[in-house]
Amino acid sequence: MEIIETIINGFSLGGTYAMIALGYTMVYGIAKMLNFAHGDIIMVGGYTLYVTLAGMGNPIMGLILAVLVCTLLGVTVEKVAYKPLRGASPLAVLITAIGVSYLLQSLAQIIFTSAPRMVYVGGQDGLGYVTIGDLKIQTHIIITLVCSVVIMVVLSLFVKYTKTGRAMIAVSEDKGAAQLMGINVNMIITITFAIGSALAAFAGFFMLMKSPSLTNTLGAMPGIKAFTAAVIGGIGSIPGAMLGGLFIGMIETVAQVVPGMGAYTIAIEFLVLIIVLLVRPTGILGKKRREKV
Amino acid sequence: MKTRKNVKPTHYINYVVITVAAIVLGILSLVGALPASYQIILENIAIAITLAVSLSMVVGFLGELSLGHAGFMCVGAYLGGKVVYVLSPSIGEIPALLLGFVVGGILAAICGIIIGLPALRLRGDYLAIVTLAFGEIVWSLFMNSSEESFGGALGMPTVRIDKDYLFIIALVVVLICLAVTQNLIRSKHGRAITSIRDNEIAAKATGINVTKYKLAVFAISAFFAGVAGVLLASSNYTVQSQKFNYNYSIEILVMVVLGGMGNINGSIIAAALITFLDIKLQTVLTGELAVMQDLVYALILIVIVIYNNAPGLKAFREKYNFKNLLAKVIKDKNDPSHARDDEAKWDRVPTKIQMDEVLSVDVQVKSPYTPDKAEKGDN
Amino acid sequence: MSKIVLKTENLGISFGGLKAVQNLDLEIKEKQLYGLVGPNGAGKTTVFNMITGVYKPTTGRFLLDGEDLTGKGQEAINHKGIARTFQNIRLFNNMTVIRNVLVGLHNQPEFKCSMVESIFRLPRHFKTEKAMRERAKEILRVVGLEDERNNLSCNLPYGKQRKLEIARALATNPKLLCLDEPAAGMNPNETAELMDIVRHIRDQFNVTILLIEHDMKFVSGLCDEITVLNFGTVLAQGKPEVALSDPEVIKAYIGG
Repeated sequence: MEIIETIINGFSLGGTYAMIALGYTMVYGIAKMLNFAHGDIIMVGGYTLYVTLAGMGNPIMGLILAVLVCTLLGVTVEKVAYKPLRGASPLAVLITAIGVSYLLQSLAQIIFTSAPRMVYVGGQDGLGYVTIGDLKIQTHIIITLVCSVVIMVVLSLFVKYTKTGRAMIAVSEDKGAAQLMGINVNMIITITFAIGSALAAFAGFFMLMKSPSLTNTLGAMPGIKAFTAAVIGGIGSIPGAMLGGLFIGMIETVAQVVPGMGAYTIAIEFLVLIIVLLVRPTGILGKKRREKV
Repeated sequence: MKTRKNVKPTHYINYVVITVAAIVLGILSLVGALPASYQIILENIAIAITLAVSLSMVVGFLGELSLGHAGFMCVGAYLGGKVVYVLSPSIGEIPALLLGFVVGGILAAICGIIIGLPALRLRGDYLAIVTLAFGEIVWSLFMNSSEESFGGALGMPTVRIDKDYLFIIALVVVLICLAVTQNLIRSKHGRAITSIRDNEIAAKATGINVTKYKLAVFAISAFFAGVAGVLLASSNYTVQSQKFNYNYSIEILVMVVLGGMGNINGSIIAAALITFLDIKLQTVLTGELAVMQDLVYALILIVIVIYNNAPGLKAFREKYNFKNLLAKVIKDKNDPSHARDDEAKWDRVPTKIQMDEVLSVDVQVKSPYTPDKAEKGDN
Repeated sequence: MSKIVLKTENLGISFGGLKAVQNLDLEIKEKQLYGLVGPNGAGKTTVFNMITGVYKPTTGRFLLDGEDLTGKGQEAINHKGIARTFQNIRLFNNMTVIRNVLVGLHNQPEFKCSMVESIFRLPRHFKTEKAMRERAKEILRVVGLEDERNNLSCNLPYGKQRKLEIARALATNPKLLCLDEPAAGMNPNETAELMDIVRHIRDQFNVTILLIEHDMKFVSGLCDEITVLNFGTVLAQGKPEVALSDPEVIKAYIGG
């Protein structure tokens, strides 16, 4: 029974990581930049949730507002900080993203101080348990699992079957050619940031359901881990991000259960990353490209 | 026509400035006229400069992005610091410190080679993420070490070397690091290294041993990061593993970037200024106000990077840049023979820092004279 | 009978199912100016990429002065004596003209100087640096870029960039110099000048030259012998005037 619970927990945590990893991977695929500030969007979503809960006490309303605020923030950051640098060295963009990350973290600390805030999505007692036969699983795990699966399916269908989704694929393949075909590349990049940030808001919601403590560095470590997940899966690849997210979630959950391994979770995850990259330099589902000489 | 144009006064000014500073401040300190707070600032500045200069070798000259520099430093701080701690009661502080430098530096250099190996296979953002992973692995391992070995979560106790002269030793380390870096870069080997940055395919076709140079740069860079780690350990009573997480690596990277890619003096100034401001502001902004500093810091970073790199601001930049303004004041001596040819302009570096180029080597440079022919049918 | 510098035997490569080049047999004699021509996509640059070690051939082998170099890396092949230029110019853009050539001189045995010697600034460092600069200037003089030596290479006009690439390749002291479309983007005057330079290089440096070119005037005016490729296979081989008037070749170019 414990094994099944662990697996379900792993999938659930993996779902959260996949949500964040999707943001990284989509932005990378389309804008060809590493959005280091992505993790901090989660944190902003968390504080939005906190404020809404304090004001209205309705977690669903909180989630909706968090999604809106994050989307708006993601788009604004893109317009203000990244758009002027389009065409500049990717390193310059990366450093700017790091700057934005620091900026968001310090702004949050100025507004909410460094003391942790408690965000009880399901009230003080938590969301309780669901029992299926002999299995006793926390409700938030089920919610996370179901929501993330639904979101991933919707996102896949969106990218595959809508006009905007196909335009996104076109832009990620070849920006110049896409532009010549009449695709509004700027618009597609904005939409990508919007979607990525909205997913980050969901991830923040899931994370706070799991553990209610909220600080301004909420998104930092999960951000790095999700980035790792995106790279393991093959950055730029949407199924890759999902796979990588599940992979990292599973490793983390298993490492926590095995005696003596818990403390080494970070080391194990990053070791796996290095090994995967050495075996497959573009990640599990990444595309190989070769430059013309 | 001068024959040795590579001997330029600007190449040596940094040695002179640092040596003079070390002597003057050293005398002041030994007389007792230098406040302890300034001694500590100097120690930290020296550490930061060593880190920035050593990282600029990898980022600025080899052209690979490393986000794990603090990891090498961590290796040096813990292992070299341990050597100093164990040996100083028996052989005295200074010999133990020197031995610590050697051990910490060499062990870090070995880690550098281990991390340099994937650098041969990976490039760009992928390599960056491997270095980041390395840094995180290192500190988390020390974090989980047993209390007897490396102190675990509590941190490892170290020997605090006397404030009165540690900063002088640290400045000497800076000078050595500078000499090694500059002498290497300003030699045929430096040209080989920068040729790898500028165009790896062409470098290989020209017969440059890319493997050898990549590993050498990673090893030397890691060596000095390790030495800086030993210095840090010796300027504190304990070392805490969490300090060496990726934020610290990024802080070092920021110094290199603000100083200008491949501009050693720029990195030195940036490192010194940032460290100085950090410490000074810490005393002014206390408690919750401390975060104001991060805020300002982040804003400055964003503004400077956008200003320096935005393609849209190019005309503005060329009209109002520091060099041109300076040239108006001082008579322009910038004839082409003074071209700073080890300095890289971002818009001219065919940055390898792009992930989808993983198996390739560089991106086409689009200058007005090289029409992009990539689409031409002949492969 | 002069000796054969480069010999390829049944050389071929396929990417997936696509046979980019197949059954290529070349024999290039010492000090020969050899041309490789063919329509776009014929596989000319792929041949260059194989004999310079960028791609590993899937069939056959190639020999330089009788030594089999198949499967060696780019650096090793360069050390053995094959140097090249690129179709899309690949200079070290952050470096001055002379530094580009100095990088080319890096591995010459007479300029040996270890990293340790450089770091500690031992006498040999200064001696080598000075000698390398002198040699680099000589090479630049041959291609007519001596006066530009302190300019950044990316600021040179297109034609001069091509010449600089030739100078850099020449600096590695090759037995075989491979030029990939050296006259592309040049005006007729520059092309004529380039023809003189190429001949001059061959005579002064005793080097064999293999070149790819679309400009037929350039090819027939310069080359002693050519090979015409189309879809990766050899259409014709021989003296330029003979090979270019081959009906198969005319068909490949004009279509029909």
